[in-house]
This record gives sequence, C-alpha cells and structure tokens, in this order.
Amino acid sequence: MALEKITSITGRGVCVPGNDIDTDRIIPARFMKCVTFDGLGEFLFFDVRKNADGTDKPHPLNEARFKGATVLLSGANFGCGSSREHAPQAIQKYGFRAIVAENFAEIFFGNCTTLGIPCATAAREDIAKIAAAIEKNPALEIVVDVAKQEIRFGGQSVKAEVRAAARDALVNGRWDAIGELLDGMTAMKATAAKLPYLAA
Amino acid sequence: MPKSLFEKVWDAHSVRTLANGQTQLLIGTHLIHEVTSPQAFGMLRDLGLKVAMPHRTFATVDHIVPTDQLVEPYHDPLAQAMMTELRKNCAEFGITFFDRATGKQGIVHIVGPEQGITQPGTTIACGDSHTSTHGAFGAIAFGIGTTQIRDVLATQSMALGKLKVRRINVTGRLRPGVYAKDVILHIIRVLGVNGGTGFAYEYGGEVFDRFTMEERMTVCNMSIEGGARAGYVNPDETTFAYLKGRPYSPKGAEWDAAVARWKAVASDPGCHYDDVVTIPAAEIAPTVTWGINPGQGISITESIPDPATAKAVDEKASIEEALAYMKLRPGAPIKGTKIDVAFLGSCTNGRLSDFQEVAKYMQGRKVAPGVKAIAVPGSQIVALQCEKLGLDKILAEAGFEWRAAGCSMCLAMNPDKLIGDQLCASSSNRNFKGRQGSPTGRTILMSPLMVAAAAVTGAVADAREVFHVNN
Ligand code: SF4
Repeated sequence: MALEKITSITGRGVCVPGNDIDTDRIIPARFMKCVTFDGLGEFLFFDVRKNADGTDKPHPLNEARFKGATVLLSGANFGCGSSREHAPQAIQKYGFRAIVAENFAEIFFGNCTTLGIPCATAAREDIAKIAAAIEKNPALEIVVDVAKQEIRFGGQSVKAEVRAAARDALVNGRWDAIGELLDGMTAMKATAAKLPYLAA
Repeated sequence: MPKSLFEKVWDAHSVRTLANGQTQLLIGTHLIHEVTSPQAFGMLRDLGLKVAMPHRTFATVDHIVPTDQLVEPYHDPLAQAMMTELRKNCAEFGITFFDRATGKQGIVHIVGPEQGITQPGTTIACGDSHTSTHGAFGAIAFGIGTTQIRDVLATQSMALGKLKVRRINVTGRLRPGVYAKDVILHIIRVLGVNGGTGFAYEYGGEVFDRFTMEERMTVCNMSIEGGARAGYVNPDETTFAYLKGRPYSPKGAEWDAAVARWKAVASDPGCHYDDVVTIPAAEIAPTVTWGINPGQGISITESIPDPATAKAVDEKASIEEALAYMKLRPGAPIKGTKIDVAFLGSCTNGRLSDFQEVAKYMQGRKVAPGVKAIAVPGSQIVALQCEKLGLDKILAEAGFEWRAAGCSMCLAMNPDKLIGDQLCASSSNRNFKGRQGSPTGRTILMSPLMVAAAAVTGAVADAREVFHVNN
C-alpha cells in the first residue's frame, strides 16, 4: 500500500483555545451512533458550537473568516479522554490536515498519526504568536513542516516537535501500519507459538 | 537483570521492530464492542482481509443497550443498527459474542475478568480507553482507536512505542469510608490528568496488596484519566483465587502451570522504574470532583477552589471555566451541593462489591424526594449475583431504579441521560462537559457509597457522617 509522504502541511489556520479539550467535546458521544465515519465532520465540536435550538454559539469554527482552515491550533493535553477514533475522524472529515498544540493525549496522538494527521507540539508562546497572526490575517498561509519540525507563517518561523516515530512514519509514507504489520505475520505467529496461553 | 512486569510482558509479545522504531506487539486478547468496531470491520472488508485469530477475539454489547428495554428492536433505530452490525460481524468472522441472550453480556471491562479471559502476563487491546481496567490482573492492556482495531483484527498485533513505567506505592492503611475510587481520584489529583503521558502505571504497596480484585480494577480503570496508557497491579494469590474456576481460566494441570507462569511474570525485586511515587494512604479522604476533568477533585471536607487564589494564570483560567460550567461558587464547601440524579454503575464501579457496599448502608434508608436514582449493574452476571443476594430489592425499596446491564449514564449513548443542567452524583469515571448526555449536564465523580449518601440527602455529602461509617 503506497501511502502519501506527509512532509509538510500548508494551509490557513484557526485557533480553538483552551487546555484539556477532551474527545467528548471534540465529538459528543451521541454522534458516535454510526457504523461508518462518514459525515462526522459536521458534528465536530458540536456542543460548543451549537445551541440546543440549532443556532450557532460564538466559536472560532463558526466564523466565516476561518472557513476552509486546514491547520487546527489549541492548548495543552488536546484530545484527552476516550480512545474514540471518531474524534480525529471528525477533525479530518471537517477538513483539518494538521493539529498544533502544546501537547497531546497519548491515544489521540496515535490515532491521528495512523490517519495521516500530523500532531505538532509547540511552545505556548509560539502558538500564541501564530494565533495572533491568524487573528490579524485569517488568510495567512501556515506551513506545518513535519520534516524540519518547524512552523512558518508570515515570514516568521517557530520550533515545533513531531515525535520521532510519528515523524518517520509520516514523512516516509508509512503512517498506516497495516502493510508492515501484515508483512510481519509469520513473525507474529512464531511469537504466538512461544506463548503458552496462545499455543493452546 | 531484574525486570518489571511491563518489560517482561512487552518483551514476550514483541514480534519485531518496525521501520519507524515502534514495536510490532502481539496482542493476545482482543475485546470488541459495538461502538468502535463496525468501522474496523468495514476497513477489513475493504482490504479483503480476514480476522487473524477469531478465537482470541471476544465481543460484547454495552454502550448503546437500553437498560429498561430488553426486547428488540430497540426504540432507537441507530442503536439497533449497531447491535445488528456487531452480531453480523461476529457471525461472519467466527467471533464469540456475549450477546444478551447468553446471560454473559455486560460492559466489556467487566465481562473479560468475569469470564476469566483477562489473565496475568497477557496483552489485551480493546477499542475503549478504559481497557486499562484489565491491568488489575497483571495484564498489559491498551485502549486503541478504530484503525488499530482493524490492525489487531487483521494481524493480531499493533504498532506501538515502548512505555516508561512509574511505580505508585500507596502505603499504610486506608481510613474507614475511603475506597478504591478515592485512591485513584486522589492519585490523579496529585499527578495530574496528563501526568501519566508516556507511562504505564504500576500500582503497589500495602493498600494494593490488601485490595480485592474488584478494588484493583477500579483503580486500574481510571489510569487513563491520569494520562497513563496502561495501569497494572502485579498478580498475587488474590489474583489467582479470583481466576480459579472461571469459564476461560486454565483447568487441571494447566492451572498449576499457569499459576507458576503468572508468579514469574510479576515485577522482580530491585527492577528499574523510570519513576517512583509514594502516597501515604492516611492522606486519602473521600474525594469528589468539582470541575470538568477527573483531576479537578477535592476531599469532601474541602472547599471549592477559588480562581482568585490560583498560582498560575492557566490554573486560574481552568478553574474559572470549570466553575462557570459546573455553576458552583468558589470558596463554598462542596458538601451540601444539591444534586438531581444519582448514578451507580459503570466499568469503574458497577461490580458486585460496589452494590454490596451500598446495599449494606441503604437498608431502611430512602432516596431524597426529587432525586432520580438509578443503579445499573455492569453485567448480566453482576445483576444476577445482586439479585440472588436481594441487593436489588434493598436498592429498589430505597428508591433506586434497578436496571439491566450496560454502560448507561456513564456516557449516555443509550436513553439514560441527564436533562438540561441536572447535576449527577456519579460512580463513573468522567466528568467532562456533556459526558452524561446533556450538553449542559453536570457530573460529580465519587465512590458508590458517596453516591448513596448524596442520593439519601439530596446533596453532596460525607458518607462517613450520613451512614456512620467506622468499619
Ligand atoms: S462504563 Fe463508561 S467508561 Fe466504561 S466502557 Fe462503558 S462508557 Fe466506557
């Protein structure tokens, strides 16, 4: 399976500020009643974006000037909580291609990488700088450079970090592990044969 | 070289190193449920793949099942569709399904241990973050996403980076009225909701040595709430006694061989830990949350934090956000906060011992007028055990609705939901915004007995006072 080599993502950004944004907030559980991931994008951040009567609440994703953004910025511990892949799926289906945050919850980070969504960590001050630049000019082009581990915007550049294993997987087009795992089936069976609880 | 249990299990299950440096890790046991698996089966079909080890894959239905409707079709067509899909997938790929008709259905993290499927020294994966529960048996258990479910279905393995291990010792003895739930809420409060990032937590010390399996499960269950990818307790005689005679436990001569292996898999004395934390049990009080993540907890005798006294800007902002959502007053005692709903259940506290403890004190007591109280056993087997002991009657007489097994109001994917900004005293594990089914619903996490105390008084209360606990 040839996968896209994701070395950098270029696009407009939007900042959804806050720490500990959990997966229940990213996609409320009631939208998980589905047997496919199709159509999840429209429910992204639903409860913080919409009032009970369906009208919009003030939220960056509801602002026309941020429409079409592909880089999502946020705070610390982004994606904490449940392991639901519905969260990164909703983010991806909404149109985001990269996430920049102070740091990420473990399972969420892994789920994103497997979907080919780079999760870059950056210092709070730097995220604030990018957010300020977007605020001034929502059309600003942001480059999340996975390979070089930096984020470039409006002539500035800040350091970003994409963990080694994820970076390697993304830039070399092996973020979806299934091909490699299938290649290892013989080795898997040999390992299983050595374990008494599996040999039975 | 002495090794930790984590290292031993990791090494024994390492298939090979992948190009990006991660490990292809063999997953001995794969548990699936209706919410996160259908898309994985879809992906499997798209790729034309089969399930590698159907006999090592076990399914149950828990999240969407109504707890007050047993006959199908369910009122909610989407819930019925998920049920039907799981049934179809299990039949097609030859997977054991603990469907409702088997009498063994329940929350996946309760079913695995109950059936003896969860065993020491094994690796377990499930598309559910609370898979860490199974670590109570000395298994290394991971919550995974749907694409990884596809990986495990297709290859009985997944790609993962090795974790560091933090040993958490809880020393001494717990005070009366302090439960396993308080221990983990306290640990998360101390180490933070992302303090565990990159770690597996190994729990030990006198408190864990003395704990029953059910108590160990309660703690391991919420490891993920502390940011840890896995949590475990070394297997010991308590573990073996629990497993003996369960349907999937080894039998006869195999049992002795298994116990010998399980003993050997425990962490060696003097093994290396990347970090060690010691928490004196005497410092732990009945703990309740006041905010919107499980780390925002205080002891029942403390006051709600005041953003004005926060040390950092960040902390101030998060306290303000939490209090605005929770509609709580800074500086006020948490005790006395009026509640609307009391929920007993979930994979954290929906086991026999939880209902036993509550029933012991609820005899002759009544749920306060205006409080909706529901008790939801974690599995059909738990339900039956409780009913045999008459616990359902005690709870029902006290004013709790006794329901059928499932996740229920823990995340409200079924009809059990908070309405508006109702406040729920809950024995579950997450107090995120909107978690219990209403976008403005509020959750206070606590131990089952504290839920009972809140139900009886209609407000957050100290169970030790309400029930004169001095065991
Ligand atoms: S009881 Fe709650 S936390 Fe446990 S599996 Fe069900 S929904 Fe998840």
